[in-house]
Amino acid sequence: MGWLAVGFLAWLGGWAINIRLAALPKSRLTGLAIPMIFGLSLVVIWESMVRGFDVSPILLPAPSVISVKFAGSLGILWQDFVQTVVKGALSGYAIGCGSAFALAVVIDRFPFLQRGLLPIGNFVAALPIIGMAPILVMWFGFDWQSKSAVVVVMVFFPMLVNTVEGLRATNMMQRDLMRTYAAGYWQTLLKLRLPAAMPFVFNGLKVTTTLALIGAIVAEFFGSPIKGMGFRISTEVGRLALDMVWAEITVAALAGSAFYGSVAMIEKKVTFWHPSQRG
Amino acid sequence: MILRLWHKVAPVLSMVVALIVLWYGAAIWLNTHWAEDKAQRAGVTLTITALIADTWSQEKPKLPAPHQVAHEIWKTTVLKKITSKRSLIHHSKITLSSTLLGFALGTVLGIALAVGIVYNRTMDMSVMPWVIASQTIPILAVAPMIIVVLNAVGISGLLPKAIISMYLSFFPVVVGMVKGLRSPDHMQLDQMRTWNAGGGQTLWYLRLPSSMPYLFTSLKIAMAASLVGAVVGELPTGAVAGLGARLLAGSYYGQTIQIWSALIMAAMLAALLVGLIGVLQRITLKHMGMV
Amino acid sequence: MISAKDLSLTFQTNDGQVQALKDVSLNINQGDFVSFIGPSGCGKTTFLRVMADLEAPTAGSITVNGQSPEVARRARAYGYVFQAAGLYPWRTIGGNISLPLEVMGYDKAAQADRVRHVLDLVELNGFEKKFPWQLSGGMQQRASIARALAFDADLLLMDEPFGALDEIVRDHLNEQLLQLWMRTNKTICFVTHSIPEAVYLSTKIVVMSPRPGRITDVIDSPLPKERPLEIRDSAQFIEIAHRVRAGLRAGHGDLA
Repeated sequence: MGWLAVGFLAWLGGWAINIRLAALPKSRLTGLAIPMIFGLSLVVIWESMVRGFDVSPILLPAPSVISVKFAGSLGILWQDFVQTVVKGALSGYAIGCGSAFALAVVIDRFPFLQRGLLPIGNFVAALPIIGMAPILVMWFGFDWQSKSAVVVVMVFFPMLVNTVEGLRATNMMQRDLMRTYAAGYWQTLLKLRLPAAMPFVFNGLKVTTTLALIGAIVAEFFGSPIKGMGFRISTEVGRLALDMVWAEITVAALAGSAFYGSVAMIEKKVTFWHPSQRG
Repeated sequence: MILRLWHKVAPVLSMVVALIVLWYGAAIWLNTHWAEDKAQRAGVTLTITALIADTWSQEKPKLPAPHQVAHEIWKTTVLKKITSKRSLIHHSKITLSSTLLGFALGTVLGIALAVGIVYNRTMDMSVMPWVIASQTIPILAVAPMIIVVLNAVGISGLLPKAIISMYLSFFPVVVGMVKGLRSPDHMQLDQMRTWNAGGGQTLWYLRLPSSMPYLFTSLKIAMAASLVGAVVGELPTGAVAGLGARLLAGSYYGQTIQIWSALIMAAMLAALLVGLIGVLQRITLKHMGMV
Repeated sequence: MISAKDLSLTFQTNDGQVQALKDVSLNINQGDFVSFIGPSGCGKTTFLRVMADLEAPTAGSITVNGQSPEVARRARAYGYVFQAAGLYPWRTIGGNISLPLEVMGYDKAAQADRVRHVLDLVELNGFEKKFPWQLSGGMQQRASIARALAFDADLLLMDEPFGALDEIVRDHLNEQLLQLWMRTNKTICFVTHSIPEAVYLSTKIVVMSPRPGRITDVIDSPLPKERPLEIRDSAQFIEIAHRVRAGLRAGHGDLA
């Protein structure tokens, strides 16, 4: 009973503080503090509900239990992280996004190819591409290469569509200006169209960070050496050791946020001039 | 007019044809090894045409040829009773039902959250960052856990998969609707104030109609995400029904043609659903003069 | 310098054919300041774009510096100023002005020199390292003009460059443009909507009317080359403005 009261108070207290803070003029401090307080109150409610209702640990472990497991399994968590994120997701992301970007630049010269591939690209980007995972495991084997291949397939089409969109983003006036300078195709591409395409390119790069992580993890459900986050999650679920599963989820969430955050930081530097970055 | 339609369709058609040709070529390339092995064991040497014919008709090929996949789909849809456990339509219906339920739940949740975020500053500043952060939790990766946990509390069958789909589809709807509800310009909002319109009236007469284009774009993404959620939700627990289950069964038994047919079926389902939303979008927006 | 003879241009649009220019004949001499004025759709911008080889005529002929517009464009014979400043937001003002110089292959030292020179001409010294969005509309347009002056083209083509600015800034920029013209002796073709602007700036005013786009009147201005802003209240000025207005009304009246 005491625990439930704690949870209830945390909810009320957190919300009350946030209402006060939200009424203040918006600043970086309030922008960070409010979601943090909200998150913190969620964690306290979680803990108190698990203890108050005596929820079984095979259903939903308490945050305190998860943190203990996390601290005690750093070695395994790191190993899994390297296998899945570094070897699988990052390599697939680099290959997939890089080749999509290159292809977009190539087909830019051939409007016929563009008109043909773009609808197909949009179509494929909406498909459950993750379903190709078993096929790719069959082709590339159990280790990280097949996971990388799944990631490549998942990120390729969204990145292609975004880059092609970006290369089309210049307006007629800017292109006319280049014509008056008698600028050639490559000059126009390098000095005008590529810089103008950057906001779209980064939109694609950001969207595909989450796809890459999901792809690498889910691909491991279809076959993996005895390491990797997806492997760990499916086996620990089988053993009903949900605290380990939540520890892996935490790693995934942290990795995903860090990945997305780094791309967003680079975006801020490169597209500093875009209205969305100037606030 | 016909000329303009042709201008749009011709490149896509030629690309599709080119891709099918490439597919046949890849099938030859990937299946050759097995074909030659088989021939060697039988003590036969193959001519080129015999080799090619073989690569396009193996039982468990590394890459099935398009006609093999088409034949399998035909066999398991048109030629099977819908109630049969082997019918692809039966499996599609199962996947479809959790997709649609998850999509509906996700859309309702997404719109509700969006309205809350737009109208309540505290919600905006506290919840919105977490909505974005929620997508960093790879829900697909923990689908197994969610299914197991929900099964343990007695929620099984359709609902757990629908919850996964809901989690995936609510995000694009929230993001899109927040953008859409905030899209009317200041002049229009001031106009409402001069008429002393209440919050609800402004929502109904101005903000909601303005957000229609954004809503439909998000619904298309949400539908595709919901389908992926339903398919992946069918993977973990040795599920016996649904397209995802078919995919998994095929991968366990090395039935590559089965895998491909399930995948293509899922693709067609996705195209159909997203296409339907597109049609709905065009009708609604045209009716609202927002084309 | 520019010679057009029976120039015609017909556009194919979704609603049928539109004759943007019909039998336009005009001679522009070196050192002229020519204004093109007329209502929307009279073809003044189209004519400018044909000179710049941004559109191709469907009939008639036009030569720029004795050559076809395409050859002139490849020889970088003119600078074009658009209605909007169109500066690249990812480049500084200095970077924007050196853009054509980079495209045309000037070396780094020459680029720096010219950038400084033209910034001085348009009185934007000190703004080299700023970004376009940090400048006001008027300053951005001045930077756009500086960009068109950076390489030594004898011809300047300007398409309603001051249209989006308020009257006070506009007056100031008109004065500056006139002084620039006197100092550099370039030939300027200037498209505008504003009668006072056309009369104040030009040595020759070309009045055009729409549907089809054609020249209704060509007025050689008797005003002296050196003109303070006050000249706009003089009797001579008002007389020329009347003549322009009459020409515009005549073109308009053809429809009624």
